Amino acid sequence: MSIDISQFHDVFFEESFEGLDAMESGLLNLDVGAADVESINTIFRAAHSIKGGAGTFGFMDVSEFTHVMETLLDEMRNGERDVSSESTNLLLETVDVLREMLIAVQQKTDTDAQRIAEIRQKLEAMLAGEASEASGVTGNPIEVDLTADMVESTQITIGWNINFRPHQHLLQTGNDPVRMLRELETLGELAVVVDDSKLPPFSDLEPEDSYLSWQLTLMGDIPKEEVVEIFEWVDDECDLAIEEIVGESTVAVENTAGSIKDESADHQVPIIVVEQAATKQVEDAKPKASSATPATTSIRVGTDKVDSLINLVGELVITQSMLGQIGDSFTQDMLPQLIDGLAQLEQNTREMQESIMRIRMLPISFAFNRFPRLVHDLSGTSGKKVELKLSGEQTELDKTVMEKIGDPLVHLVRNSLDHGLEMPEVRLAAGKEEIGQLHLNAFHQGGNIIIEISDDGAGLNEDKIFNKAVEKGLVDASEVLSPDKIHELIFLPGFSTADVVTDISGRGVGMDVVRKNILSLGGSVSVVSKKGEGSTFTIRLPLTLAIMDGQTIRVAGENYIIPLVSIIESLEIKSTDVKRLSGKGELYPLRDEYVPIIRLYEIFGLHPKSTDLEDGLLVIVEGAGQKVGLFIDDLLGQQQVVIKSLETNYRKVLGLSGATILGDGTVALILDVPGLMTLYKDPSLAKVLINDEQVA
Amino acid sequence: MTELQQANDYTDTLGDFEQGTEQYLSFILDDEEYGVEILRVQEIKGWDRVTSVPNTPHYLCGVLNLRGTIIPVVDLRIRFDMPAREYTPTTVVIVLKVEGGGQRTVGVVVDAVSDAHNVLPEDIRPTPDLGAHVDINYISGLVPVDDKMMMILNVDRLLSVESIG
Repeated sequence: MSIDISQFHDVFFEESFEGLDAMESGLLNLDVGAADVESINTIFRAAHSIKGGAGTFGFMDVSEFTHVMETLLDEMRNGERDVSSESTNLLLETVDVLREMLIAVQQKTDTDAQRIAEIRQKLEAMLAGEASEASGVTGNPIEVDLTADMVESTQITIGWNINFRPHQHLLQTGNDPVRMLRELETLGELAVVVDDSKLPPFSDLEPEDSYLSWQLTLMGDIPKEEVVEIFEWVDDECDLAIEEIVGESTVAVENTAGSIKDESADHQVPIIVVEQAATKQVEDAKPKASSATPATTSIRVGTDKVDSLINLVGELVITQSMLGQIGDSFTQDMLPQLIDGLAQLEQNTREMQESIMRIRMLPISFAFNRFPRLVHDLSGTSGKKVELKLSGEQTELDKTVMEKIGDPLVHLVRNSLDHGLEMPEVRLAAGKEEIGQLHLNAFHQGGNIIIEISDDGAGLNEDKIFNKAVEKGLVDASEVLSPDKIHELIFLPGFSTADVVTDISGRGVGMDVVRKNILSLGGSVSVVSKKGEGSTFTIRLPLTLAIMDGQTIRVAGENYIIPLVSIIESLEIKSTDVKRLSGKGELYPLRDEYVPIIRLYEIFGLHPKSTDLEDGLLVIVEGAGQKVGLFIDDLLGQQQVVIKSLETNYRKVLGLSGATILGDGTVALILDVPGLMTLYKDPSLAKVLINDEQVA
Repeated sequence: MTELQQANDYTDTLGDFEQGTEQYLSFILDDEEYGVEILRVQEIKGWDRVTSVPNTPHYLCGVLNLRGTIIPVVDLRIRFDMPAREYTPTTVVIVLKVEGGGQRTVGVVVDAVSDAHNVLPEDIRPTPDLGAHVDINYISGLVPVDDKMMMILNVDRLLSVESIG
């Protein structure tokens, strides 16, 4: 029977990537010197299943590479090796390489063989230094490694003498010596001498017994573990003696010593060098990974969610059959039953919709999980000391939103690290704790999810921002701006205050891209900052992109939908309350502020029966941080609407965010409040947009 | 393959397919006969109320729900500056596939669908330049059909985003 195992590849990759994430977070949580066994075990298990899976599916490169890593982890697990910061960093690099290898295998592209070999060498070098560490010498492990290797290097292993004497029943346990010999052959040059002295006369020969034994000579610099591993399964069924053949190959000695020296030199130059290279390579690898999107994506759904859906479908079927019965023999007096049934149907449908939406919801920890690593790497590069705090990781968010919010979040965190938090000495001088705090928090508020990124760093430098904005021609030098307005400036295109463009941030395309991405998700971003005390960036996002609550309104015989989240209140007004600004703009005094009135029919070029403000309603909406009153004819019902794009077959229309299909099959347009404001401020934009496109 | 099937479907319902010819669907607009490549036609449906979109050209009637997707609908009479006419029971919307910056689906309102014609490529005559009188950019050729003339429309140009925006 043959099974096409390629169908399991996707599952393997998914599990492996999850495993790598688990390993990464496990490694970052390891306390140097006093690591708890459970977390090492977790890391080890993840590595082990990747190795096993890769072996099963024939990704030998991956499985061999993981094996080396696993060996190192195994030593840590057994307490034979201390958890040092070098080994954790090396293991983190290994995780990166492994991830690249898996991505390469998944997308059938080439791997960076040189880098893999390099990391593998480092791992093996670390493994080779085990004797020194076991001897309990602490202090600078690299130097100790070096000396240990030098001592060893005068008598290095050039081969193994193996005496393999199987017991009589070896063959019955399903083991075959020939296979082991073949496997030994793959390790190095193998010479085999058979001892057949125990072979009985043919008449006494039991075909299922084993009579032969072997004297094997395996030449080459092969670690003992590899040899032992081959005989692992027959340990109890044979007499095995493995002896080291020690030789003095001077050329080899010098070479190894030399290369070790080089490596140690690399290590002793501040680790930053290594880390920088590592982060750079990670970055290089990223675009590659994202450019080729895997064919299918999948979501892991908890069984409870699926169970609740099945329950709901059950209820739906019951309601349907009840309604069916009523329909078969309907009489006037069954009307109450019908109404009940329809109410039941409505409830079932709504619950079902919610359940299905929940399937797409993932805890935000998926987006947060990459930050411990990022912060670890960046703080290493910059020399800043940072403590990262994550909270609200279980807050759930739509998968699509999650995928798109990742990059803006990374940018904000990088910004906080680069511009916000100060160097330790600066912090001490300012009377703060030496270690900077970076806090990522997520929570639900209404129909939104709020993500806060706060630091206790220097805060936004208002003078610097203002000067920069003047220099870039974004504001006039004579303008007097409130601190809040100045903070807003950082979101303008082409704004960057970094004195030096660093690797971390400061490419000058920063915050406006962040804001644009967040706006395109229907969200908003704002900043609160106090000089010397730190900044907090707040991102507000809708929970899902596909469905929203809408308020249907009527203007000049047309129906439109306003997103419920942007409505503050609706009111009837008296014409006498309306104030005029320079005889044109209309303002309505709403409590302590004046709100501009946008006559929707005017900016949409419609012709209503009445233009009298007292005949209609004013809906106060908020968008892009400003309140306006939309003048409409009437409010109709509220309902959940599925957002459809206008752009698929047409184009973007200013003032509209999309369309939806109503219960009767007709289309209703969804208003985009910030777009309406733009249109109100400059009505010619509606036409300009068309002209621009005609030219193009 | 699907296109072939579709072509066959049309052949079954609309006339015989002849080797070496291309099929065109003809429709009537103010007593004139226009034609579009039949493979561009996705479906033909009766006129139904559309939702008008603010701040768009007047020949864009609005948008329509086509089984869950929103498609724009253009009134070709108004597009060609012909006198507007009340929609009647024969008024139809021809749903066309438009290429250019990805495939889009656009509906056009015409007075009535007429026939399917087999046209040999060599029978297509070039459109004479009438200067400022008629915009011939959207007409890719003229074909004599019986004693009438069918104007073949360049769908991609006529219904591009720029031209219906």
